[in-house]
Amino acid sequence: MKKLTIPYEEHMTSGHLACQGCGAALCMRLALKGLGAKTMFAIPACCWSVIDGPFPYSSLKVPLFHTAFETAAATASGMRAAMEMLGREDVNVVAWAGDGGTFDIGIQALSGAAERNDNIIYICYDNEAYMNTGIQRSSATPPKAWTTTTPVKFPKERPKKNLDEIMAAHRIPYLATASIAYPEDLVKKVKKAVSIKGTKFLHVICPCPPGWKTAPEMTIKLAKLAVQTCIFPLFEVEDGIRYKINIKPKEPVPVREYLSIQGRFRHLTDEDIDEVQEMVDKNWKLLLKKAELFGE
Amino acid sequence: MRKVLMGNHALSEGAVLSRVQVIAAYPITPQTQVVELLSEKCADGTLNAKFVKVESEHSAMAACIGASAAGARAFTATSAQGLALMHEVLHWAVGARLPIVMGNINRAMAPPWTIWTDQTDSLAQRDTGWMQVYCQNNQEVLDAVILSYKVSEQVLLPTMIVLDAFFLSHTYEVVEMPLQDKVDKYLPPYNNPYRMDVDDPHTFGGLTGPDWYFELRYNIEQAMEEAKDVWKKEGALYGEYFGRKYDLVDAYRCEDAEVIFVAVATVASTARVVVDEMRKEGKKVGLLRLFVFRPFPYEDVRSALGNAKKVVVMDRNISFGAGGIFYQEVKSAMYGMKNEPVIFGIVSGLGGRDITPSHIREMIEYAYKHDEPEKDIIWMGVKV
Repeated sequence: MKKLTIPYEEHMTSGHLACQGCGAALCMRLALKGLGAKTMFAIPACCWSVIDGPFPYSSLKVPLFHTAFETAAATASGMRAAMEMLGREDVNVVAWAGDGGTFDIGIQALSGAAERNDNIIYICYDNEAYMNTGIQRSSATPPKAWTTTTPVKFPKERPKKNLDEIMAAHRIPYLATASIAYPEDLVKKVKKAVSIKGTKFLHVICPCPPGWKTAPEMTIKLAKLAVQTCIFPLFEVEDGIRYKINIKPKEPVPVREYLSIQGRFRHLTDEDIDEVQEMVDKNWKLLLKKAELFGE
Repeated sequence: MRKVLMGNHALSEGAVLSRVQVIAAYPITPQTQVVELLSEKCADGTLNAKFVKVESEHSAMAACIGASAAGARAFTATSAQGLALMHEVLHWAVGARLPIVMGNINRAMAPPWTIWTDQTDSLAQRDTGWMQVYCQNNQEVLDAVILSYKVSEQVLLPTMIVLDAFFLSHTYEVVEMPLQDKVDKYLPPYNNPYRMDVDDPHTFGGLTGPDWYFELRYNIEQAMEEAKDVWKKEGALYGEYFGRKYDLVDAYRCEDAEVIFVAVATVASTARVVVDEMRKEGKKVGLLRLFVFRPFPYEDVRSALGNAKKVVVMDRNISFGAGGIFYQEVKSAMYGMKNEPVIFGIVSGLGGRDITPSHIREMIEYAYKHDEPEKDIIWMGVKV
């Protein structure tokens, strides 16, 4: 039998304020298992501003500084500089942000930190919209998905911003995508990020039952289907060019199976689904090619 | 030891002597030399600090916030548009009670593009909860950095040190350099008991409802009130250490003055000459310079102006629709006092227009010629 590698130690407690079936809450619990106790967080406005708990409570056993929406990376850079000056090189400084704070309002500070290669770990838990403010589209929202600002009659036409490519273009030493449905893989990637000096970027797909209009018990299934349909492939990129695909489905699951169980895609026609399938197929082919170039 | 320094380098040298640990900054004219020199000092090892070369002023302040929250002494400098861009995070530094010190070179706001001085940029940040000091010469700039850390780290509020663009930032003056070991005795290392610490983990700034937020704001105001005494105490102690004493305000020949001119920054040092000249002519004129503007030194202003018949407040700034900001604040400080003086509010020198001794004389003479101000905003030197 395969030996489980996820540490038993918990750095997140019960009593947090996440919704039932929240992918972001599980993501934090798993990430902390990889990060360990010597970790400090900069968290901008996002679901986690609330999930952690209201003042004076906290569900994390590590220090956390709530910071302004667009400042996760810059705040973390400052913390890292302080840790270096105080001789605490052993502390992991983590910027922990949602997709809005990463893809949209926080991208400038993130790009700055990545270009400087500041020694921080940036983890984006991606629930594909502004969920904390009540489901408004972000640039991470997939095309055709319903949100309160992309009503069915006024859909999002453009694809999800390819932030992984943008981060790879910064030639940072390590970036990876992960899914909460693959906890071993997720924790392994977090540990790898800890072991590397420079800017590390982790992008984790985190289903959101209220925002995706799905049942809480479907969260893991959705996070798994996102990978198996190749909508959200799991891969790593070293130095911006060496791609390694971690999960290659022999026969990718048709996107219909993923889309049809989510209320946010309920209005999609067969043509819409074919269009998504075509886009996903092309992206997957492109990724396979990239992995061939310098990969293993 | 004495050095000839430009105002901007006086800021940098003050930061070096204060042993700042993290600097995060972004270039903007006329501030740039402040961080250029610090960058060189970090590179050659004169200063043991991390310099984070951020991509914007917003990130500069955010990085200072992260550094200060994690226990390092943090410094930045900016000007005008850069300060305005920081606005959101200026509030953040105060709410998080972080004793960051920042230099701001007073530059007028665009559009149209301009790089010359006025005070609207710093005064637009008046209500963020940053302490503000306005400097009249380069010695004061250097001393203010050391003094600001000493005060800020006691009351846990940040301080903005304000310099006039060019009139101070780019003017070279002789500056007495305090000895490092003496500065080290005066200013001990930053040791914030509320810092982020993996060995004693806490959450900072978590969601706070109406049951708690109000008290946190009350505490900030209490700290501001306390800061007045701390500025006085530390300003006097600075005098004992280094021979230059500082107070909240600088009252010059005010005791028996009939007319007192109120100004901040370099205009105040020009006005001192005018006061002396007019005294020679037999006119009982005085000068009140505000050094610390936030916290506002109500008691000191009242006691300096309380016996005057007339007060002339000069503003190199404007709050559109309301007038000069120092004028409003001085008026509010004097309101309801017995024998309240007549107060004249003059707006002049916006966008770096020269304010010469003859202009200041004209402002003071206006008060002699009028029993009451003709209007709320008296414009002087405007070509209309």
